[in-house]
Amino acid sequence: MRSVRPGGPEWEENTLAQTQSGAEGLLSLPALLQRNAKQFAHSPAYREKEFGIWQCWSWAEAEKEIEALALGLINLGVNKGDFIAVIGRNRPYMYWSMVAAQSVGAIPVPLYQDANAEEMAYVLSHCGARFVVVTDQEQVDKVIEVQDQLHQFEHLLYLDPRGLRKYDHSQLHQYSHVQDQGRAAYDEFIPELKKRRDELTYDSTCVMLYTSGTTGKPKGVVLSNRNVIESAKNASEFDKLGLDDEILAYLPMAWVGDFIFSVGQAYWTGFCVNCPESAETMMTDLREIGPSYYFAPPRVFETQLTNVMIRMEDAGNFKRKMFHHFMAHAKKVGPAILDDKPVGFMDRMKYALGDFLVYGPLKDTLGFGKVRVGYTAGEAIGPEIFEFYRSLGINLKQLYGQTEATVFITVQPDGEVRADTVGIPAPDVEIKIADNGEIFYRSPGTFVEYYKNPESTADTKDPEGWVATGDAGFFEDKSGHLRIIDRAKDVGKMADGSMFAPKYVENKLKFYPDILEAVLFGNGKDRCVAFINIDLTAVGNWAERNNIAYASYQELAGHPKVLASIREHVSTVNKSVAEDPMLSGCQVHRFVVLHKELDADDGEMTRTRKVRRRIVEDKFADIIAALYDGSETISTTTEVTYEDGRKGAISATLEIADAEVVSSMGHKVAAE
Amino acid sequence: MQDGYITEDGRKIGGVVMEMKNITLRFGGVVAIKDISFDIREGEIRAIIGPNGAGKSSMLNVISGFYVPQEGEVWFHGKPRPQMRPYEVAQQGIARTFQNIALFEGMSVLDNVMTGRLSYMKSGLFSQALWKGKAEAEEVANREVAEKIIDFLEIQHIRKTPVARLPYGLKKRVELARALAAEPKLLLLDEPMAGMNVEEKEDMSRFILDVNDEFGTTIALIEHDMGVVMDLSDRVVVMDYGKKIGDGTPDEVRNNQAVIDAYLGVSSD
Repeated sequence: MRSVRPGGPEWEENTLAQTQSGAEGLLSLPALLQRNAKQFAHSPAYREKEFGIWQCWSWAEAEKEIEALALGLINLGVNKGDFIAVIGRNRPYMYWSMVAAQSVGAIPVPLYQDANAEEMAYVLSHCGARFVVVTDQEQVDKVIEVQDQLHQFEHLLYLDPRGLRKYDHSQLHQYSHVQDQGRAAYDEFIPELKKRRDELTYDSTCVMLYTSGTTGKPKGVVLSNRNVIESAKNASEFDKLGLDDEILAYLPMAWVGDFIFSVGQAYWTGFCVNCPESAETMMTDLREIGPSYYFAPPRVFETQLTNVMIRMEDAGNFKRKMFHHFMAHAKKVGPAILDDKPVGFMDRMKYALGDFLVYGPLKDTLGFGKVRVGYTAGEAIGPEIFEFYRSLGINLKQLYGQTEATVFITVQPDGEVRADTVGIPAPDVEIKIADNGEIFYRSPGTFVEYYKNPESTADTKDPEGWVATGDAGFFEDKSGHLRIIDRAKDVGKMADGSMFAPKYVENKLKFYPDILEAVLFGNGKDRCVAFINIDLTAVGNWAERNNIAYASYQELAGHPKVLASIREHVSTVNKSVAEDPMLSGCQVHRFVVLHKELDADDGEMTRTRKVRRRIVEDKFADIIAALYDGSETISTTTEVTYEDGRKGAISATLEIADAEVVSSMGHKVAAE
Repeated sequence: MQDGYITEDGRKIGGVVMEMKNITLRFGGVVAIKDISFDIREGEIRAIIGPNGAGKSSMLNVISGFYVPQEGEVWFHGKPRPQMRPYEVAQQGIARTFQNIALFEGMSVLDNVMTGRLSYMKSGLFSQALWKGKAEAEEVANREVAEKIIDFLEIQHIRKTPVARLPYGLKKRVELARALAAEPKLLLLDEPMAGMNVEEKEDMSRFILDVNDEFGTTIALIEHDMGVVMDLSDRVVVMDYGKKIGDGTPDEVRNNQAVIDAYLGVSSD
């Protein structure tokens, strides 16, 4: 229930005091916006680089822009509870449209801008969006293409008028015109806007985000104001984020992470959200802004590291030697210095010198010069990559989360960062591990429901609020950190009852640049065997440098030297797997380097490059049998599909290699 | 002079901007262009096509005023045009791109685009060198125009890159940017898609259409890729061995027997 608000300056003061102390009365993002516009009026809220210059909006200015748009939306006839889809790249205007939608009681639904028209049609008709806000002609065209399938669609707002002059404008509106109309109708609609804004509660829907979903159609995850604000508040306090922090908003707006970082946390703490000029200029803009809070999936860190290494190879002799010398030192002491652990005086001095000569300039070039808190999540990051950034003094951490949890399930606290864990439960998050290893959580961020999908909601979230993640993992005894091992449905048991977690081992193998893909088998068996795919780029490069002639993928994959180097990798991985008593049964006893790359065209992988285990298992049953029966070679013929749809067959005789296994204490493994 | 027409996609084309009247151009004994007449109307995209050696580039050079025909007249805005110096051409609102890219290779993209603004800069050498007063204001104003064009052609990511380091397709786009920076009324494009792959051609086509749509620029272009020409242009002039063998909308030209013969050849009997 809403209490009647008394007017007068005393009240103003009171609320301000309240808002500074806590969440009283701040029950929605529009309410946070009102607070920010008063409290942080002149602090930068949004920046966007356009026409070569960083354009800036303060919180007070942003509030005016959002208000104008909200009034314009009322003018266009937006009702409470309508869905407003938002499609396009990260721009301040697009973020404003989401908050404007909330202000008028509508629900924003950000979509992936690279979604094709069909996917867009599904989501738009599933939520029944009456309004769509897009950036440019490209997105307008997609919406118009599927317009016939959208029965509730009425109006489309676009930002950039370029190329749209000749379009039929009965349903199209330029964003700035809608704002102009809103400003013009200020007196008429402002009472309505205020009323709708005040009606928002902690339980009103804040946003709806569609999960990409590896199986089946995307599901609309409904997140309430409570979910978003509590999660943003907890995470901001956890990392001590404040008004002076800066982020670069460049990840898809439809992704829950971007919504929490660039909207939730930005509104909670009042920090500035910077939008790049275009996708191509992201790296330059990153460097210019120098964010203090940064997020990227492992892929981005990997690409940057590769670029650094390639450029260092091209650098002069002196610079290259200096780089490698100091990087070796950073590897030794960098992470310890970052974690405030004891490090010798001389090592510290040398690190300081290295910072002056190498680390500092490098961080600056990468745009990480000011990063105070950096996160990576989404998938496992290679330990070398992770250590590289940490050793430079960049506080890169990992977190584990999902859309249904409003991102945060576990996070790594400062000083307790490791490559192989995902940290401790985030503030206010409870976690339990089921008997089969599956992780369940309950938190203030736990989603409300899947929109129009009660069955899936019931499958995922039980009446007590525990949500199944679908991932299997365990807490480490010593540190209390969570470790993710695999998707729960892929985790099995070996013949002796110990845990079989294929992805855990596969990831370790895949961290080697010359291994592109690995598939582990062993569910219900007494030992594990593996398929390996070499990475043609990396291995091909190596072959070129060592004058090893090869004519095809198959030939290179079967080369004795390649086999030897892969065998070494497998043995090293076995050693590291054996260190973990729970998983030591997953060591690879025998393996084969496959004669073809696993490919989506052959159905062996999904389009997003995830291995389809069952299909691979069926298709290569003869090779798996050979891996288990002790034969030394196997002749096989495999059907392949070419890109144009024609089919062919390749035959090969594959050599089967044995790998060294380590027997661990308390868990005897027969290493024949 | 007759009024304009309405194109298939509903654009209004205005009156005649430039008219070629019985142009004949000779290089010594070689006749490059023989008695050709056609007009270019305001706001249209006018293509000149023809097999190799048909005299297309020579024609474009006549339009730009670089070549002076031995016979015939070029009428511009209803008046016969006298012989001009290059800067006078620029002042009349004509800009062009070249078949073989002619950019300043050592300069950045931004600087190259800024050279397109040269005719708008009035401050003196000293003022510019000291970057004081008028020169500063002028630079800022011109930079703004340049940045809008950089944004328009989506080359923000290479703004500070030296042109020499760019791939061919992007260089072509930078050249277009420089031509646009002069805010031309008439834009001449000499084979804007030559040597491009399909994707680059699609991009370039979109930019040409957008330029025409957004700034209302009249465009005359030479192009080899027939698909592109037919899609882009409102009217097409077809040349062969220096003579005009066809003139009209893409459909008319496509069904013109003389054009078909020129492109596919005819049997000798």
